[in-house]
Amino acid sequence: MSKRTIQLEVLRYRPEQDKEPFFQTYTVPCEEEWVVLDALNYVKDEIDRTLSFRWSCHMFVCGSCGYKIDGEPKLGCKAFLRDYGDNIRVEPLDNFPIERDLVVVIDDFVEKLQSVKPYIIAKEEKALAAGEYIQTPAQLKAFKQYSMCINCLLCYSACPQYGLTNQEFIGPAALALAHRYNMDSRDVGRSAREHVLAAHEGVWECSFVGACSVVCPKDVDPAGAIQQAKFTSAVDYLTSMVGIGGK
Amino acid sequence: MQVIDADIVIVGAGGAGLRAAIAVAEADPSLHIALLSKVYPMRSHTCAAEGGAAGVVKANDSLEYHFNDTVSGGDWLTDQDAVDLFVNEITKELIQMEHWGCPWSREGSGHVAVRPFGGMKIMRTWYAADKTGFHMLHTLFQTSLKYPSIKRFDEYYTSDLIVDDGACHGCTAIEMRTGEMKLFRGKSVIVCTGGAGRIFPFTTNGAIKTGDGMAMAYRAGVPLKDMEFVQYHPTGLPGSGILLTEGCRGEGGYLLNKDNYRYLQDYDLGPATPTPVLKSMELGPRDRLSQAFWQESKKGNTVQGKWGDIVWLDMRHLGEKLINERLPLVRDLSISYVAADPVTDLVPVRPVVHYMMGGIHTDINAATPIAGLYSAGECACVSINGANRLGSNSLGELLVFGARAGRFAVEHAKTVKAPRDALVTAQAADAEGRIKALFKRSGGKQRVSQLKREMNLSLEEGCGIYRDEKSLRDTVAVIADVRARYRDVTLEDKSSVYNTDLYQTLELGAMIECAETVVHSALLRTESRGAHQRLDHVERDDVNFLKHSMAYYNPNGDPRIDYHEVVITKSQPAARVYGAAAGGQAA
Repeated sequence: MSKRTIQLEVLRYRPEQDKEPFFQTYTVPCEEEWVVLDALNYVKDEIDRTLSFRWSCHMFVCGSCGYKIDGEPKLGCKAFLRDYGDNIRVEPLDNFPIERDLVVVIDDFVEKLQSVKPYIIAKEEKALAAGEYIQTPAQLKAFKQYSMCINCLLCYSACPQYGLTNQEFIGPAALALAHRYNMDSRDVGRSAREHVLAAHEGVWECSFVGACSVVCPKDVDPAGAIQQAKFTSAVDYLTSMVGIGGK
Repeated sequence: MQVIDADIVIVGAGGAGLRAAIAVAEADPSLHIALLSKVYPMRSHTCAAEGGAAGVVKANDSLEYHFNDTVSGGDWLTDQDAVDLFVNEITKELIQMEHWGCPWSREGSGHVAVRPFGGMKIMRTWYAADKTGFHMLHTLFQTSLKYPSIKRFDEYYTSDLIVDDGACHGCTAIEMRTGEMKLFRGKSVIVCTGGAGRIFPFTTNGAIKTGDGMAMAYRAGVPLKDMEFVQYHPTGLPGSGILLTEGCRGEGGYLLNKDNYRYLQDYDLGPATPTPVLKSMELGPRDRLSQAFWQESKKGNTVQGKWGDIVWLDMRHLGEKLINERLPLVRDLSISYVAADPVTDLVPVRPVVHYMMGGIHTDINAATPIAGLYSAGECACVSINGANRLGSNSLGELLVFGARAGRFAVEHAKTVKAPRDALVTAQAADAEGRIKALFKRSGGKQRVSQLKREMNLSLEEGCGIYRDEKSLRDTVAVIADVRARYRDVTLEDKSSVYNTDLYQTLELGAMIECAETVVHSALLRTESRGAHQRLDHVERDDVNFLKHSMAYYNPNGDPRIDYHEVVITKSQPAARVYGAAAGGQAA
């Protein structure tokens, strides 16, 4: 079978030498099974060693290779060439500063992730000798979906609020993760997370466009998590008004 | 050069590195921890582990069973004191993960569920659907955020260890965002940098698994132990090498040859029962299954595909509900990458390089022979895996020995006197000088991608599932040639910011060093044991080779291979028995 040839149009930006980002086009002979990441690796190995991009697992789980492909945030390892035409445009994710070529600066996200206290806050420390917490499949299901986030940041790239608020909005993945711990039967940390979630930049900033859930490669549904969190946040607010402590 | 002082420096922030960092933080919150990684922690390859982590927890199981499975699974090249300690500590570690929030799959009662795994006599593999490593990594990473003493240095490429007078005092690392080299000084250093599967062309390993830490320790004088033992996982997707977990077979999947015949029954693994029996057929150990594939291929019983010979993984009889619940990633990957839905289709698979049993030589406290230098996880070889690791022992290993590395590094740090600053600074300057020289080199004709390809193909051809003297000698020659030409690689990218030409070049250097230890150790081991199968020496030879290979770095030529005693406490070497004779229960 003859190989297909594509034109890969890649946004380049090397801060030490380029005043502005620009597109560079590479002609890439491809195997029919390839994903966009394979084409980028072909460029790196055979055409241009100066092109930089992040990648590792090639199986949708490490979250490294988020790029904007033909205008949509995608994982490079999950963007199959068979679904694209012969001209494919690859850009860094939106809403993050470009560090170099397709590599973006994600410091802001890492800080936001930390701000929601994404770990179990237990009522009291349980001794290891006492064994595991009992958690029924139904209790597991209550948060499992929100624990599937691979931090690929496609949702931040797609989120209009994150861009409009100049990155003030905590954003989909971090909020979904906060919700994941809030919903975990082993956790009592909701009040400790509440000041972040209920803050102006927290869940209320979300305008429920739902773009985050559309682009999520792991079906985490951050938009759904945020809607649920809005509800519990409102309940927390009301119960605090009448003097009944929340969780 | 900027100097960053810490008490404990940890290189690598995957499962083992994070577990070590948390252990240090809990042992003594006043200690400063510098946690370096060439990627953000959640990108570490622990995330790709699918099937689970073994730990005795159910009433029908015992530590002795887990010990015996692990020792025989490793073809008696395991150190039994290490295995003993491992099986004793792992369950506590898994419970600790549960307390930290790991979403283990559950039984209806709410207790953790276990699944069958290859080579294990009893069901004891804890799992989080088919994303166990992912959930463990994220649980560890997120939990690590609780501890203010853990200071992360994400996207720092560590180039060299600083070793003086038999003790390790830190490392040099390049901040990838700026290209600046920094000196990290510490009283103890823990290397947790993962395996080196990328030395092979067809591997489940992510791009980052280039053996950097192994090579760093090797150059610093620590022997790499048992490097010839490379695990082929029996079920990788052709072309991409993507892993389909052993859980597929644990849940009852079949392996079929071109005649839809469950061929494993012809390799002392039968009888072929319709539902899985532990230690039999598809639940045999990985080395035996990968070897059976190779034999079937020689017999012409495999199917020829575009990406090499394949056999079929048949999960159709498991039903959509079970597959969605327990193997959702497998379904997603199979549909996306090979257009086969496990619910309705046979999925093509072939053996794929998955795991290095060998690595940085450590004792059971994760200590290397260099004072203050510790190692844990896939990059280390504490010898619980011997000649063949059992599936679901590696996630446990990184917890048990990651935590031990942390604790013993803390103990060591209390005893350390200040290093000789001038020597440390001089070594750091040397390390920086080597990078600068690489930038200045010009006119070289060698391309990183070409050299890597030649190394990869040579290892696959000469040092794969089966080897012999000729194939190994050919590979030795290719690796030596690649090593010589590597000195002539010229960077095409001379910039500072996120220069992946530079990092790929350094990674290739590390891979060549790892590869030479693999092939030289394999050449000298004239026996067949576990994952090391010699066509010209087909028997196991306990008289001469019940010992660990130890590869020592030689800057001017081939590594020096020495040997080290295997620790045997209560299990004398015997025949490995699978199939009906193993007495495994129905899974």
